[in-house]
Amino acid sequence: MSMLTFEKKYRVRGGTLLGGDLFDFWIGPFWVGFFGVTTLFFASLGTGLLVYGAAMGPTWNIWQINIAPPDLSYGLGLAPLMEGGLWQIITICATLAFASWAMRQVELSRKLGMGLHIPFAFSFAVLAYVTLVIVRPVLLGAWGHGFPYGILSHLDWVSNVGYQFLHFHYNPAHMIAVTFFFTTAMALSMHGSLILMATDPREGETVKTGEHENTFFRDDIGYSIGALGIHRLGVFVAISAAFWSAVCIVISGPFWTRGWPEWWNWWLELPVWY
Amino acid sequence: MKIFNMKLFAGASLLSAALLSGCDIPPQETVQRGYRGTGMEAVYSPEVLQELVAANQVPAAIPAVSSEGPKAGDVYQNVQALGHLSVGEFTRLMAAITEWVSPEQGCNYCHVAGEGFEKDTLYTKKVSRVMILMTQNANENWGAHVGGAGVTCYTCHRGNNVPEYVWNIGVPPRHASGMVHQMQNVAHQESNAYASLPFDPFTRYLLEDNAARVAGDTALPTGHESSIESTEYVYSLMMHYSDALGVNCTHCHNSRAFAAWDQSNSERVKAWHGQQMVKEMNNEYINPTNQWLPAYRQGALGDAQKVNCATCHQGAYQPLLGANMLADYPNLSRLAPPAAAPAPADEAPAEDMEMESASLDQGASSGEAH
Repeated sequence: MSMLTFEKKYRVRGGTLLGGDLFDFWIGPFWVGFFGVTTLFFASLGTGLLVYGAAMGPTWNIWQINIAPPDLSYGLGLAPLMEGGLWQIITICATLAFASWAMRQVELSRKLGMGLHIPFAFSFAVLAYVTLVIVRPVLLGAWGHGFPYGILSHLDWVSNVGYQFLHFHYNPAHMIAVTFFFTTAMALSMHGSLILMATDPREGETVKTGEHENTFFRDDIGYSIGALGIHRLGVFVAISAAFWSAVCIVISGPFWTRGWPEWWNWWLELPVWY
Repeated sequence: MKIFNMKLFAGASLLSAALLSGCDIPPQETVQRGYRGTGMEAVYSPEVLQELVAANQVPAAIPAVSSEGPKAGDVYQNVQALGHLSVGEFTRLMAAITEWVSPEQGCNYCHVAGEGFEKDTLYTKKVSRVMILMTQNANENWGAHVGGAGVTCYTCHRGNNVPEYVWNIGVPPRHASGMVHQMQNVAHQESNAYASLPFDPFTRYLLEDNAARVAGDTALPTGHESSIESTEYVYSLMMHYSDALGVNCTHCHNSRAFAAWDQSNSERVKAWHGQQMVKEMNNEYINPTNQWLPAYRQGALGDAQKVNCATCHQGAYQPLLGANMLADYPNLSRLAPPAAAPAPADEAPAEDMEMESASLDQGASSGEAH
């Protein structure tokens, strides 16, 4: 694979957290690194176990393959392989693979002398996953509270867990998380369209600059957040979406056991008007 | 600066206190309700469970008496529902009912002192006769819902003249009033577990003869005609079911297919029979009493106070957490034999007692049955 002329400049040694110089080399376009090796190992093992679980299961239908967590009766102990043990090992593999990937991003940031913004943002996605399959199950006292690995089965789990609390749309953190998800989509689409508008003009027109972008939004909403600001806003709304979705599920069960509509009675029963 | 810090501290303390007061603190109790990984589970706060257990203690039973001897219908006058009992059993049941329903007012809640027990002067006496028939009918004919533990007066009354959880037909507004006109979006409604859903699901589904069935049975919306309104009414009814039993939707349903019986738990069948039973109670037993009920026992629209799931369940998945009180009071386990049903004072065939004992639960005390 050919390398662009300037790329060599950035292929510098050092910056590793673990492994020293041992894995500090490239294979084709990929830098390897210690955490690259662990990512590859855990991702391959986890995926292989998913395929093994599918092979032992009743179907190869991609939609219906289901690797379920153990019964609640196993608590926080280990379960037999075919009764949730597989789910437990896959969960360990997935968590270590995701964490390795984040550490790999840290090493690359260090190697290039950059800030840790990328691993910081990526960590919120990992946090959401870890909250679902480790933090909340531990708080509730059984691995069986994790979600199953399967395209349809995990959706059924989401549905049922919502209905455990009668009406999940009344979950205040869920409200905030959903709002951030939609805001993220809106912010990204508006930013994307603004950049396309400026840099990909119709035939015969010239490329526009930041002044056009700023003027558009000043005329539109009275304010332009600016070229740097829109990316700060983007990071904020996106990691907030992941953060609040982790909050909304970790409070459901460990910190609130009744229907979510009932939770709002604290407001209705404030001594001010009740 | 120091004052600012104090204020900040006070504010933060208030905020965290408010957040914690709206909280159940782990660890919690959990129950698995379906195949592992389906998310069919119940989560209970141990404090809530303790309160539930404390609120569902069964009072000590009055010692059993013999069913031998002269029948109440022969000895007393105007005994319509219980004439087939022995005098001993009859007196024991009257004492129990007093303890369950009017522990403060005593016998005089239904009987006028000095007038003679046979008189139907007070509406309360007429109501209690209907309620006894309703209880006997539930135990004899609705085993699909109350089987196992059965029901007694205490199941609902718990020492109150009127059970704590009853309902009246919801009052529609008399003029246009925005969203409230739909009888929904009203805050703090216990009937639907505090959701914004319609607040009177009972009239449609526990009084009128409607099936609470809104899910389509085809993958695509072909020819399916359930309005969003009726869907929200059913959701509201289901909120009541859940709240009344202290369970959640997954107690009965796998929410991936609410309507599919083959993916539901067996409790859903019990709940369906319960709906039919409550409809019969409200229409056949409670509504007729409305002719002579005093106004202060009626709702805003002049209807009698009716039964829903909470009337018996009172927050427990089985009333009184499944305690079998009926075993101690087998006289409530079936209606009077047909010959004795209209109960002129001179009829109470002896063989009826054997029929009654045959229908008793296994747990029935033998001293009571024979």
